[in-house]
Amino acid sequence: MLSSFLLLQARPVQSEPQNGEPTKQEAPTPGVGAAQIGPAAELTQVPIGYIKQEVKRLIPLSRLHVEPEDYGIAGAQLALKDDNTTGRFIKQQFALDVERVPIGGDAVAALQRLVASEHHFVLVDAPADTLLRLSDSVKDKDVLLFNVRAEDENLREEDCRANVLHTAPDRYMLADALAQYLVWKKWQRWLVVKGVFPEDVAYLEAIRRAASRFGSTIVEEREYKEAPGARRSDSGEQQIQQQMPVFTQGAPAYDVLIVADEREVFGPYLPFRTWDPRPVGGTTGLTAMSWHPAHEQWGATQMQNRFQRLANRFMWPVDYQAWIAVRAIGEGATRAGTAAFAPINNYIRGKDFDLAAFKGQKVTFRQWDGQLRQPILVVGPDLPVSTSPQPGFLHQDAEIDTLGIDAPESKCKFK
Amino acid sequence: MRLKQILVPVIAAIGGLTGIPAAAVAYTVYVSNEKGNSISVIVSASLQVKQTIPVGQRPRGIMLTRDGKSLLICASDEDTVQILDVTTNEIVGTLPSGPDPEQLNIHPSGSPVYIANEDDALMTAIDLATRKVVAEVPVGVEPEGVGISPDGKILIATSETSNMAHFIDTGTYEIVDNVLVGSRPRFAEFTADGSQLWVTSEVAGTVSVIDAKTRKIIKTIGFEIPGVQAENMQPVGVRILEGGSKAFVALGPANHIAVIDAKTLEVERYLLVGQRVWQLALTPDEKLLFATNGNSNDVSVIDVPSLTVVKSMPVGSAPWGVAISQK
Repeated sequence: MLSSFLLLQARPVQSEPQNGEPTKQEAPTPGVGAAQIGPAAELTQVPIGYIKQEVKRLIPLSRLHVEPEDYGIAGAQLALKDDNTTGRFIKQQFALDVERVPIGGDAVAALQRLVASEHHFVLVDAPADTLLRLSDSVKDKDVLLFNVRAEDENLREEDCRANVLHTAPDRYMLADALAQYLVWKKWQRWLVVKGVFPEDVAYLEAIRRAASRFGSTIVEEREYKEAPGARRSDSGEQQIQQQMPVFTQGAPAYDVLIVADEREVFGPYLPFRTWDPRPVGGTTGLTAMSWHPAHEQWGATQMQNRFQRLANRFMWPVDYQAWIAVRAIGEGATRAGTAAFAPINNYIRGKDFDLAAFKGQKVTFRQWDGQLRQPILVVGPDLPVSTSPQPGFLHQDAEIDTLGIDAPESKCKFK
Repeated sequence: MRLKQILVPVIAAIGGLTGIPAAAVAYTVYVSNEKGNSISVIVSASLQVKQTIPVGQRPRGIMLTRDGKSLLICASDEDTVQILDVTTNEIVGTLPSGPDPEQLNIHPSGSPVYIANEDDALMTAIDLATRKVVAEVPVGVEPEGVGISPDGKILIATSETSNMAHFIDTGTYEIVDNVLVGSRPRFAEFTADGSQLWVTSEVAGTVSVIDAKTRKIIKTIGFEIPGVQAENMQPVGVRILEGGSKAFVALGPANHIAVIDAKTLEVERYLLVGQRVWQLALTPDEKLLFATNGNSNDVSVIDVPSLTVVKSMPVGSAPWGVAISQK
């Protein structure tokens, strides 16, 4: 039992021994995969690019949340395997070429290299400003970019780009998914604790918007101003145990505390330490995300198993978002029956495109801003709690469009 | 003899009055309860649950052997297929299915048994007498539905992530064709004359009717019910009457069964059943259709001649598969 508990909790940096867990069927099955593909000359090649812009990140408070080296890339690799298993039946072969751009490196040059070597479809794991520079640098070329990481609204709104599709959910979608669940629970009075960084402000804005959309009240916004310090100290947790109750003392009556702390400076200190005994959600505690390693609904178990066998770690949201992007490209190539850019691009963006993505309904791209519409998991630390949209949040066309930016409110004008 | 001649119409008349049709033959209906780890045994004549048999973890796809002596049960979380002796109602053995078996089918001759291994992208053929694997066929990602042509020559695997129906020659175990269908194909069923293959696509919300000879899609059938959102239209189980007059398609969270004119391939009507209806089975006389409702923990019974839902029967937790005896 203990070992399985650890297995579920862990978010290892790299493959770690799993305390006596037997290694699962690692042996490749004869005849499966590339070995079956015929002579290369008969194959249609579909090269896919991946740009990973390295970013300096604070060490998270919890070592469970340290990012794996191959975060995102492993998801793309799994989808590549899936695409190639399908492709061998119709003589298509997919390849993935990763460009890792160091901090301060030139992401645009990396993209130019990929484009020069016939990569028409490129996944981008980069901050919003880098993504925009990449998009503008290939404006007149046959290139489609997939944003697998950036949650920023501006990329879907005033800064939306015709050559970018977003498999990463935006903050509005995530906040709406959480808010719908809280409203369904009738936990509609929120005490908000906010950090000071730009992402925290953006997340807070999404929370405020969700509160007003779905009928919740923010009873107070309280700012956590402490500068991030060393996350460990030899005196243990005593200080935090004193500080957090005091910090959350004297709040108006509330049902749930919402944290806006994307960099994980203080958020994980709040659960179980609030002055009033209240649940915690937002960027910590009850959290909205596209994927969680304990998600097993709608056939997801198979995906989790395949991923863990491939990557020797758990699957997290950016892995899933990269998986969707590479699967979308594969699906486009399979359905269009070609490796040519235009038919694949048109298929993915067209009304016939859909993808089975272990969420209980098809995932598709919104015509108005290129955002993937997908159900969002609302999860606790160990298990998913629910999946939004929640029952009762109605929409004239599709309930899934109650999450995020709907067509009538979109500010996107593709350029 | 004389008494029986008199009694049958009388019972039928009573059945008509109470709304419960009296089946002339008492078939045995088996329902796997995915969360209940059990099989509910229903008597078709009385529509009563006779017995609940505890079986392996997470029983899903079930099928009776062609001789009617055993029920094969995909015990998904035990990575095995269990063999239930239907006379003693005891598990008498297992088949080496590989990990996470979900659906299976059996060659018309009685063996081999074909099992889709979702985790390994394989279709496994197992000899029923020796209980040994006789072939493994690499197929697309997440094979699920398993169909077998009435003449036993063509085996079908549907792969949920590759979105294909793979046509496999049962003599050579070679894939002879791959037909692209809608997203997440879950189930494959031949018409009794073997001329068509029907494949349900759960995520696309469609049924592809494929010409079994040319392997071209004749028609893609879509579904529309007022008040039900399109994304909830998720077809899974399908059964076609032997004469080819009608087909039934379970629509998952749309909570309806579509009745399709199998000649014109037009939807005739929708029958309201329980929540998340998945698998279907017809009694051999084609008078009753049983449907498993996974989220309402019951089975809907449909009177086929009148196309009416005549009963909802509580079974175990999360009913999934259904199989009916020949006698």
